[in-house]
Amino acid sequence: MLRSVWGIALSVVFLTAIELVGSQKRSITVKGSDTMVILGQRWAEIFMELDPSVTIQVTGGGSGTGIAALVNGTTDVAEASRAMKPKEIDSVISRRGEEPLELPVAVDGIAVYVHERNRVRELSLEQLRSIYIGAITNWKDVGGSDERIIVYGRENNSGTHVYFKERVLGNSDYHPIMQTLPGTAAVIHAVAQDPQGIGFGGIAYAHGVKHALVSAGEGSSGVAPTLDNVLEARYPISRHLFWYLVGESEDVGGFAGWVLSPEGQSVVEKIGYYPLAESDRQRSIEKLRRRRPAAP
Amino acid sequence: MSVTAAVIDRPEPSDETRRRRRVDGIVAFVIHASATLTLFTIALIFIFIGREALPVFFTSAVHEEVTLETMLLPQQYGTSEVPLSYVWQPVSDVPKYSLAPLFVGTIKVVIVAMLFAVPTALLAAVYTSEFAPLWVREAAKPVVELLAGIPSVVLGFFALIVFASWFQSIFEVDFRLNATTAGIVLGLAVIPIIYTLSEDALHSVPKTVKDAAFALGASTWQVALRVSLPAALPGIFAGVILGLGRAAGETMIVLMASGNAAVTSWSFTEPVRTLPATLAAELAEVVFGSPHYHVLFLVGTLLFVVTFLLNWLGAFFVRGLTLRLSGQRS
Repeated sequence: MLRSVWGIALSVVFLTAIELVGSQKRSITVKGSDTMVILGQRWAEIFMELDPSVTIQVTGGGSGTGIAALVNGTTDVAEASRAMKPKEIDSVISRRGEEPLELPVAVDGIAVYVHERNRVRELSLEQLRSIYIGAITNWKDVGGSDERIIVYGRENNSGTHVYFKERVLGNSDYHPIMQTLPGTAAVIHAVAQDPQGIGFGGIAYAHGVKHALVSAGEGSSGVAPTLDNVLEARYPISRHLFWYLVGESEDVGGFAGWVLSPEGQSVVEKIGYYPLAESDRQRSIEKLRRRRPAAP
Repeated sequence: MSVTAAVIDRPEPSDETRRRRRVDGIVAFVIHASATLTLFTIALIFIFIGREALPVFFTSAVHEEVTLETMLLPQQYGTSEVPLSYVWQPVSDVPKYSLAPLFVGTIKVVIVAMLFAVPTALLAAVYTSEFAPLWVREAAKPVVELLAGIPSVVLGFFALIVFASWFQSIFEVDFRLNATTAGIVLGLAVIPIIYTLSEDALHSVPKTVKDAAFALGASTWQVALRVSLPAALPGIFAGVILGLGRAAGETMIVLMASGNAAVTSWSFTEPVRTLPATLAAELAEVVFGSPHYHVLFLVGTLLFVVTFLLNWLGAFFVRGLTLRLSGQRS
């Protein structure tokens, strides 16, 4: 009896001690785009090694989830693979009393996948639009064999879905026959299994399928989604990946500053996305510095 | 301690008796409380879901984007290049909320699942209860019931990776993921429900009834088809209805294997988007309080009502069977 009382007392003391030590660790939460979750985790791991007094939690859920969490104040950083909508910015201002700080942190190209055996090598933006709104339904209309085109895309909550719709479809709706799959990996798997399939998603993921060359218009030639082409804006479907901050603490600002440093940017390439162009990087650093004069 | 003595002079209960009564009282209270809590929880869930769906009918801010009319009646959607009348496209410049593709999708998948599951499960049940030797029955029943224990995400994964490829290579359909693929694998999830209930119903047909038929010279087949099956019909029907409820509400299998394209056609080789899969895919991301959010809750309410009615109907038929077999009702 006495022993168990001692045991309980000891564990209470012990837990309190842990609690005290733990409270000295500052924590940062990062939440948002599924496209960026691996990137965010890698950044967090390395930054925590550099500064062991900080704990960083990174979770996905989608750009919309991250932005909603930013509005509600349940995350320090929202990762988004699309720019925030005016409506969302308004709700951040009304709920948090401050405009969110938008920082481009990396560049992503959206690749168009076709099956490895597909004869079609190149598609123009106009052809892609026609395929995705359902005006073209046969591969022979874009230079392939006489087979139906099976269209794959992403669920309507993903930043990729929204970006492709804006950039390629000119904001028209996808045709209802498009199969929506959860995650880029699922799209690639589906296209790899389907000789008539076409899909789109992050470049970082592509395995087992062929990247179609994409041309901006009739006259121009097809461009592959390679590093140089994306960085020099020759590849027509590329986008910035963003971090959004509101009322950021010293630590969050420091983390963001590190992400924009050459060291942070070198991580981007290892994950398979593209680092910011130097001018964009300087602009992001400038934005951060203006908001937080103490930033590096 | 005799009973009659206790009735006549009602002595003071002993301490032991009093203690037991107190314990009884507490236990009864706990049981009542948990029962009430369960019912209360279900009622609260329903009230919450229903309340979140109400703005679809009554809030003008929601009506700017969606009304009952645009949800149910054909609209002039699409472009001149591709005209469309029923579209589920909530994330759009002009959000479109036709429920028709989701209902059609759900119904198609459920039809395939039931066409596959009902005959299979029923024949299996007739075999195990009427024809199989005892050891087969003892082995088969737990094994089929084990099928009910397979997590639906595993069945969905099987459908997506393995079954869809088989199906496509055999029938050479355009769409690898389609209503039939999803429906058949969904049927696998429904079979144990129908099988178990049908088998129980067939098995509980009184032996005396069957023996009477045998005594009149009926064969095993005749007894199975003309005696056991009709007697057990309400139980079988209950199984089918509960299976129907499961099929209509199942999420993971269809989310993974149906392709999730919100098309309104009765072709069974095209992909489909069902009500539960739509909820699963969209509810986690939707902007809180937006028209889309309220419409999804309306969809949830409809699904709740449908499965609730089906389960209630199932229970009703099971009770009918019990009364009939115990001779309280013909």
